[in-house]
Amino acid sequence: MGCASRLPAWVELALLPALNLAIAALIAGLVVVLIGEDPLEAVGLLVYGAFGYGEAIGYTLFYTTNFLFTGLAVALAFHAGHFNIGGEGQAYLGGLGATLVALHWGQLPSPISIPLAVAGAALFGGAWAFVPGWLYARRGSHVVITTIMMNFVAAALMTYLVVNVLIKPGQQIPETDIFAPTVWVPPLAPLSASLGLDLGRAPVNHSLFLALVCCLAFWAFVWRSRFGYELRVVGKSEAAAIYAGIAPGRVTIVAMTLSGALAGLLAVNEILGSQHRLVLGFTGGYGFVGIAVALMGRNHPVGIVLAALLFGALYQGGSELAFDMPEISRDMVVVIQGLVILFAGALEHLFRAPLENLVSRLQVAR
Amino acid sequence: MDAIWLQTLLLADSTVRLATPLVFCALAGLLSERAGVVNIALEGKMLGGAFAAAAAAAVTGSAWIGLLAACTFACALALLHGFATITHRGEQVVSGVAINIVVAGLGPTLADAWFGQAGRIPLPGSDARFAPIELPGAGGAPAIPVLGPLYAEVVSGHNLLVYLAVAAVPTVAWILAKTRFGLRLRAVGESPEAVDTAGIGVEALRYAALLSAGLLCGLAGAYLSIAQNAGFIRDMTAGKGFLALAALIFGKWRPVPAVLACLLFAFADAAQVRLQGTPLPFVGTVPTQAIQALPYLLTLLLLAGFVGRAVAPRALGRPYVKDR
Repeated sequence: MGCASRLPAWVELALLPALNLAIAALIAGLVVVLIGEDPLEAVGLLVYGAFGYGEAIGYTLFYTTNFLFTGLAVALAFHAGHFNIGGEGQAYLGGLGATLVALHWGQLPSPISIPLAVAGAALFGGAWAFVPGWLYARRGSHVVITTIMMNFVAAALMTYLVVNVLIKPGQQIPETDIFAPTVWVPPLAPLSASLGLDLGRAPVNHSLFLALVCCLAFWAFVWRSRFGYELRVVGKSEAAAIYAGIAPGRVTIVAMTLSGALAGLLAVNEILGSQHRLVLGFTGGYGFVGIAVALMGRNHPVGIVLAALLFGALYQGGSELAFDMPEISRDMVVVIQGLVILFAGALEHLFRAPLENLVSRLQVAR
Repeated sequence: MDAIWLQTLLLADSTVRLATPLVFCALAGLLSERAGVVNIALEGKMLGGAFAAAAAAAVTGSAWIGLLAACTFACALALLHGFATITHRGEQVVSGVAINIVVAGLGPTLADAWFGQAGRIPLPGSDARFAPIELPGAGGAPAIPVLGPLYAEVVSGHNLLVYLAVAAVPTVAWILAKTRFGLRLRAVGESPEAVDTAGIGVEALRYAALLSAGLLCGLAGAYLSIAQNAGFIRDMTAGKGFLALAALIFGKWRPVPAVLACLLFAFADAAQVRLQGTPLPFVGTVPTQAIQALPYLLTLLLLAGFVGRAVAPRALGRPYVKDR
């Protein structure tokens, strides 16, 4: 997945993503025209809906947090040469881990219960991704297919557990009891209010800081640790890794497990930070959007922060847009996500080849 | 005795109905994966077909135009898939995911804007749907013991697309096994270099495989929205494309075993609806979700090599780069 680029860094890291985004935006604009609305007005409404006032910013940052976790998860597996489409299932299981801790030890003081619940989310998400990692390393099963299958198994398992086991006694709605407030990840609103920004009722919480810490740790781990080096070697070439005395199987298992743990942390933001109880389908497709975030962010934490912010804004702005322009439904955001994956991922060579030609011609001329 | 026989027949009947879209999609997956292109976009192409069929049938009132629209749109998606993976040698899995997500968003968006029914497209009249076909003699058949009800309940009374799926199985199997195109298609999935050396175009073959797969996905989509159901709703494929993919792998990328896997998964689904809450001998009440997860668990076990071994086409997932 990582091939040596013949392009200058600024073209690779700024111009190419910008071009990919521009063409995705252009096609999304065409869809808006097809619907019969003014695309420029739609963009204006979207930007206002995402950043125009305090509460909007709060929601944008809340979604951004989700995308940071799932984007990092996909990127980590990418560096090891694997495509983890199982973020959705891993995040779902992360919710189970967080919930089990919260229901059993939620009454403990926050400095104990919250880290325990966070660990529970990471552990369960990681365990769910360990299976495909192990299956690849020891039995040779393809990660893409096994992670897809694991998503469906996760959905069935969670539905069963929530409906039959964890459901709050004496009610029909498939969700657990509300957690003890000691295990709730505190909201950011009081902090931001002291800085003069009113976030309203936005659910953004301290998980955002956890996500940013994960970004830093990701960078240090992948580029500054011995294991990160092994990870990247395996991702570039398993044959080279074996020649260098690195065991690709072990590296794959660890990489997939950590990737699943990152996806599992999504539950910290959604379950511990916002819902305060386990509900069905809380992962809401964020796991899949992580693919778009990782591709757009070029698998680097800085890029992932920018891409997550972009998708967070699209999510929040998109729902506001759907409210202001009833002709445009919220599904439009899904179209844009798909287009970004198409142009930034599947069709990345579309602009790369012409740009590489151009660059080499300029170098010859010089 | 008659009551049990009738229950069995009804179960077989709903198995056939549930298996139809799986069979179309598994055959589609078979064609593209045997040619070396990973097709996790079956879901999206089928959903696209369902949307196009319902939209065209709702506007024109004709099921045939709906069918045509479904196949056209699914083939257009296949062309896009080919453009990304064959022409530009893009990552096959990523492009599949992209197509799935674009279609999942585009269907409800356009349905909402054009029909104003919160992402749904209802069909206006009965002409916009493929009606059940009563085969000759089905009316009087139940009078004949045992085989009569079988003919009347299971064989007769399906819509055209079900029979088309039944016909598609031997057709695709024959094309793959016995024709020159089929031989070349299998070769391009195992060793594109050899195909290229023999002077046959790798790209054209893979495009042909993807397009025929697109056609089959279009049929599957049309079945969902203008035959089995009356109209389009969001996410109406509900993972059937991935289930078909699981069946394809479970059938080890061979037509007949793959179709049998489709029937098995469809049977599990049909039985699950009937069994809800009923205790079974030896195991007690089986949770619905356990049966829903069963196909995926079986496929995982197979992939892990615990039940047989599934060997993928050798060049699967690898874009072909011609040596210079």
